Amino acid sequence: MTVNGTKQEHDVEPRTLLVQYIRQEAGLTGTNIGCDTSSCGACTLLVDGESVKSCTMLAAQADGADITTIEGLAKDGVMHPMQQAFHENHALQCGYCTPGMVMASISLLKEHPNPSEAEVREGLEGNLCRCTGYHNIVKAVLAAAGGAGQKSTAGSAS
Amino acid sequence: MSILGNRVMRTEDPKFLTVGGRYLDDLDIPGAAYVTYVRSTMAHARLAAVDASEAAGAPGVVAVFTGADVDLEPLAPAIVMLNQAVRTPFLARDTVRYVGEPIVAIVSETRAQGMDAAELVFVDYEPLPAVVDMEAALTDETVLHAEAGTNLILDMQFGRSDDLFEGCDVVVTQRILNQRVAPCPMEVRAAAATWEDGRLVHYACTQMPHGVKETLGQVYGLEPAQVRVVAPDVGGGFGAKGANYTEELMVGWLSKQVGRPVRWVETRSESMVGLGHGRGQIQDAELGGTRDGKVLAYRLTVIQDSGAYGWFGGVLPFMTRTMLSGVYDIPKAEFNSQSVMTNTTPTVAYRGAGRPEATAAIERMMEMYAAEIGMDPAEVRRKNLVTSDRFPFTTVVGTEYDAGNYERALELVLEASDYAGLRAEQQRRRDAGGPKQLGIGGSIYVEITNYGGSGEFGSLEVLPDGSAEVRTGTSPHGQGHETAWAMLASEQTGIPIDRIKVVHGDTDLVPTGGGTAGSRSAQAGGVAVHQAAVQVVDKAKQLAADLLEANPDDLVLDKVDGRFHVAGTPSAGKSWSELAAAAGSAGDGGDTGLKAMVDFKPPTATFPFGAHICVAEVDTETGKVTVERLIAVDDAGTIINPLLADGQIHGGLAQGVAQALLEEVRYDDDGNPVTANLADYAFISAAELPSFETVRMETPTPVNELGVKGIGESGTVGSTPAVQNAVVDALAHLGVRHVDMPATPERVWRAIADASA
Repeated sequence: MTVNGTKQEHDVEPRTLLVQYIRQEAGLTGTNIGCDTSSCGACTLLVDGESVKSCTMLAAQADGADITTIEGLAKDGVMHPMQQAFHENHALQCGYCTPGMVMASISLLKEHPNPSEAEVREGLEGNLCRCTGYHNIVKAVLAAAGGAGQKSTAGSAS
Repeated sequence: MSILGNRVMRTEDPKFLTVGGRYLDDLDIPGAAYVTYVRSTMAHARLAAVDASEAAGAPGVVAVFTGADVDLEPLAPAIVMLNQAVRTPFLARDTVRYVGEPIVAIVSETRAQGMDAAELVFVDYEPLPAVVDMEAALTDETVLHAEAGTNLILDMQFGRSDDLFEGCDVVVTQRILNQRVAPCPMEVRAAAATWEDGRLVHYACTQMPHGVKETLGQVYGLEPAQVRVVAPDVGGGFGAKGANYTEELMVGWLSKQVGRPVRWVETRSESMVGLGHGRGQIQDAELGGTRDGKVLAYRLTVIQDSGAYGWFGGVLPFMTRTMLSGVYDIPKAEFNSQSVMTNTTPTVAYRGAGRPEATAAIERMMEMYAAEIGMDPAEVRRKNLVTSDRFPFTTVVGTEYDAGNYERALELVLEASDYAGLRAEQQRRRDAGGPKQLGIGGSIYVEITNYGGSGEFGSLEVLPDGSAEVRTGTSPHGQGHETAWAMLASEQTGIPIDRIKVVHGDTDLVPTGGGTAGSRSAQAGGVAVHQAAVQVVDKAKQLAADLLEANPDDLVLDKVDGRFHVAGTPSAGKSWSELAAAAGSAGDGGDTGLKAMVDFKPPTATFPFGAHICVAEVDTETGKVTVERLIAVDDAGTIINPLLADGQIHGGLAQGVAQALLEEVRYDDDGNPVTANLADYAFISAAELPSFETVRMETPTPVNELGVKGIGESGTVGSTPAVQNAVVDALAHLGVRHVDMPATPERVWRAIADASA
């Protein structure tokens, strides 16, 4: 598979989850494991541009896929608009849910470029956070969406 | 130009946003083996046999240990008030007392091999009666710990008078459940340990690295110099990671046995039964007063669930009693409690630790009393508040509050919520009689932060390149201390915050520390950093005076340029860089240099306060509650960074709504956990919350020179009863006078049905 633009190949046990592959074989520990029932979304990343809870996929299922993780967002030291929005709006505290939350938010905006607050909240229902109370996360996503009529690249991970 | 009080973005963020934090399971520990714990599947049983022989021979297994193998002394309760005969073994020996209790430790090359081997362990349980109900546990029909002889682990009887409610026209009584919840930090527990030249190096996913160091010293019989604890980035704690867990503490022992580093991370399912739980009180509340709204007496009787052992939970009622009367001037009050052990996961501190319980009780009763006498609850509260001219105020249970303005908080929340408009809308809906009714619930709270006035270490050193380094004994896990302490140092020195590094979490780099819990950090650690910065500026000025052959009183610090110079003669000056070089600053923690080290001890705790209003829509046909608005007025004294302060409030508000409406740890009658993963436990999501409306008040505390109080737990203390009260208020016209938390659709529906029966 290609991870953040880099092709890689590994042999793994069949039961290896994609999130385990990313963290162990690919060595990218930004993506976190927060539960064992696919409830929390901390493991969210992009598979062929679509957000996926990487604990719900076997690594083998991602064979040949194009994966983007949190580490692959910033370009030449410049944060992605969603990362920037999270920063400006204090949308992270302990940071554990953050990579998954950012990836899910990017995907959310791709599908709903101009979401209402309710749509953001429903869209992020599968990403749990214990620290922020979600208030600033929602603010960040709405800010990244740029408000009504404004063009934004916040829904694209490229 | 002051930086304090500004919404400064966090210096921590870029790392967390671009590569992610480095949490314990992310650490690269070459050669480490993994430990997997096999846990009890019975709530109460004798261990007739534990056969790990097949596991020992499984692929990749390095070693297997049972309770009999572990020669570490079982842990005594950390708090001396608790019955010291109740010991927590590292691995269960003859008896297991809760589902999830560790029985076997399997050390393996890979984590997967450990999990496979765990399935091969055979445990022969001889079931014992499981006691889950607290009142059943109090009968001592089944005693959990023979050495203790009773399940009562802490009995606090302060007296019960027959005439407490004499003179009261009205007495309202209610049994209130403050249910057990799961702290659920997003990062579960983890630990790693290795031995380096006889020193124990322990990586701890903790809120209190120095506390862990002290405990490890006791457990292993090591001198302080022989132990190093490092807390990497920690993904949330909420009080539960302030406890010392045997699974973590024994990783060093395992490492010694197998002669290589050993690391551990639990699964979420393990965490749901292994990480300590929060709350867990049965409260019998009685409030009496006059018909025109003056409260005369209050009694609270608490049964606290300690769970199967004596961790921190047993002492929560002590904190509940401390804040018993809340913001009110109540002439007479009584408190009694019994903390009892049950065959459940032990309880620990969880955001508020005993104080949300106190506030939830008194605020529920104030609204019940108001309903009983037919007065608006805001009016009833106003009539009984400790007024702002009475501070410092000693409450009926002897707690001394520092400074407060409860009337103003009430005023602000009524204004911000448009209280009159809300009541009008409520009435409109009642008159229309439709299914969706509106409830307006309030709370006015005061809470105690930095209980006991614990002290903290803080140091500041300026380096020859003009940057600075702060070392702090606090241990942030999301609170933003790197930004906040840099702001405090920058305020005094003028050095920009992006040139101020804040070191924390490593006991080799920071000599002492109280960690981060109990909302202590700013008022203890922040003040220490502030004082160190003041001292460094003074030292720098003295040094500059020497170098410039000037009188120190003639020197000024140009904070923008970062230079000390003779007032009126900017050309004759010395920069921070030059002064640090002259002072021999090496940044190595040594004694020389342009630095100051402070051990700050505040005289006492502080008492943040506030007033919250929840507007809830209740669908009376389905029982579903929707929080439409949550308006929070909070006063934590001087605010260093409002961005961070709001963040702490938001997190607390969400946890309050969560307890009031959704979350509950449940056990069946046999002690089997029913909500032991995130699919079954109703962890609150973004879809169940509104955006919050926060209003800030700042009444500085006289307790420290910055005027700062704690804020981390306030949101939870205030919002929990506001939300619960809103639910009851929505149904009051249907005859409902109380609904227990969590006010699930089922509970609400039943309350309506029962009231109309």
